[in-house]
Amino acid sequence: MSGWRFIIGVLVVLAGGAMLTHEVTNAYVFYAGFVALQYVVIATGWNILGGYAGYVNFGSGAFVGLGMYAAVFLFKAIEAPLWVQVLGAAFAGGVMGLGMGYLTLRIQGVFFSIATLALTVVLNTVIVNWSFVGGARGATVLAPPPPTWFPSTISYVFFAMLVLAVFSIAVARWIEKSWIGRGLAALRADEQAAECSGTPTLKLKLFAATVSGALIAAAGAPYPYYASYVEPASAFGLAIALNALAMPLIGGTRSWIGPLIGALLLSGLEQAATVTIPTEVNLLIVGLVLIGFVVAAPDGLLGLFDRKPVKGRRQ
Amino acid sequence: MIIELGVNAVVTGLLLGGLYAVASLGLTIAFGLLQIPNVAQPTFMVLGAYCACFGNLLGVDPVIASMIFAPVFYLAGMIFYQAYFVCFERRGRGNTLQGFTFFFGVAMVLEVALILAVGVDLRSVDAVYIGKSLTIGFVTMPYRFIIPFVIGSAVGAGMWLFLTRTHMGLAIRAVAHDANALRIVALNPAQVKRHAFGIAMMTAALAGAALIVVNPVDPFVGREYIGRSFAIVVLAGMGSVPGTLVAAVIIGLLESLVITFVGATWAPGVAFAVLLATLAIRPSGIFGIAR
Repeated sequence: MSGWRFIIGVLVVLAGGAMLTHEVTNAYVFYAGFVALQYVVIATGWNILGGYAGYVNFGSGAFVGLGMYAAVFLFKAIEAPLWVQVLGAAFAGGVMGLGMGYLTLRIQGVFFSIATLALTVVLNTVIVNWSFVGGARGATVLAPPPPTWFPSTISYVFFAMLVLAVFSIAVARWIEKSWIGRGLAALRADEQAAECSGTPTLKLKLFAATVSGALIAAAGAPYPYYASYVEPASAFGLAIALNALAMPLIGGTRSWIGPLIGALLLSGLEQAATVTIPTEVNLLIVGLVLIGFVVAAPDGLLGLFDRKPVKGRRQ
Repeated sequence: MIIELGVNAVVTGLLLGGLYAVASLGLTIAFGLLQIPNVAQPTFMVLGAYCACFGNLLGVDPVIASMIFAPVFYLAGMIFYQAYFVCFERRGRGNTLQGFTFFFGVAMVLEVALILAVGVDLRSVDAVYIGKSLTIGFVTMPYRFIIPFVIGSAVGAGMWLFLTRTHMGLAIRAVAHDANALRIVALNPAQVKRHAFGIAMMTAALAGAALIVVNPVDPFVGREYIGRSFAIVVLAGMGSVPGTLVAAVIIGLLESLVITFVGATWAPGVAFAVLLATLAIRPSGIFGIAR
């Protein structure tokens, strides 16, 4: 079945990425590719809670920032290698997702979203006051030489991000196809009805919040090596929260392919835009596109293409 | 010494509560009563602050200027609600992922548009009362805190009278209870909500004046107020005007005490802690009915 095709696709992508690190000498490819793949991880992670369960997380910036600073902390404290930083960030993000979920998901859905709105400001406050990770001044992280197989640090973090992206898509796909995905779809459609027919809604929501938080935070972990400098104002910036929301909504939230398409489109647009127009105008365009999709095409690009066959079946 | 510091902190907190009250009253109506999660409300407040600043450049007092702009905000709010109604509520998609995202998108677009229009520099206003303060004993009260407190109290009292004593106010409270029941008594719920949303938006103009009188304003300041005003509305008990005033003063007091005794950099975390504590311990808020 398509399960085999998916596994083959994963292997081809990973092998292609590994080859790329050796064949391509232009570092820009890795710099741009890293951002695109980071977007893929963020969008896919966000969609597990936001798309499958219908609980909007406005605080993606906080989760990514948490991941970055978890990595900085582990690097400063024990000089942890990259994979330990990623795991640490994922753990921290999972705990934060679970905690937020536990406090707010038991009540109405809107309160979760409201709490995530405020989360970015709070995490920013904590980091500014924490001098060990640099406080308001920021932290410089000089990456150690990459494992010998990789020609440069940037190709190393690029490949790490590629692995993360593939992993997060595999997780999202597995959730979507399993009983968990069906339960989440049921509670998205009607939470009371789902609860009444025996779906463990709270457990499912908490699970989705944990996985989603872990993946989004993991996406931030390789960033200190990538940029070698992290500071709170940009780590907890606005662009990530907006993009994390826009990517799945543009692509389509019902399937793992949607966030992937949205992330690639948006990062492509961003790469094209950075050389031609100011960042603010870029954000403005993303915001307007987001509003346009939410109003006119709530199921994203996938929804637009899916619409015709559905109508055909009904007739 | 510590007592003087404490008393001054308490007084400042009380006055700050007035600002927070007027900043949150719009959400009390939009979110508390109408169940419309208008994340863009604080950004509209920042827009109101820039309007007051613009009026001030022409030589008008910022508070008077905001009153001149208030009807414009009222109309804009009605149009804004109509757009939301047509796109979401009429199709039965209100208060969902899409509705919430719509407002978030509007907030972002407005903020970026402000950045592009006026730049990221801090803007402030001139008025006779700015820079002076009232001193009673060892308590110092700057007028730039007293004016917003007066605005907050006046808007709060006016709002309470409007909601409890007028026919329209009664209709707004009724629409919060049961929108369909309004149809039975021949009122159009969408029309009532449109007016209510316009009024909520009108408070954003006044709140903007209060905001820019207290401190210089840049386009990003709205973000701090998103968490803070939602915290106040939830702590108040959804849709309660007296609750909003009390909750705003509580948050103002806590922030002021944290600034004085812990450190100014920790203040932004206060509202969030209160929000989470309220949601965990008493989700119905102080003045709310248990649901």
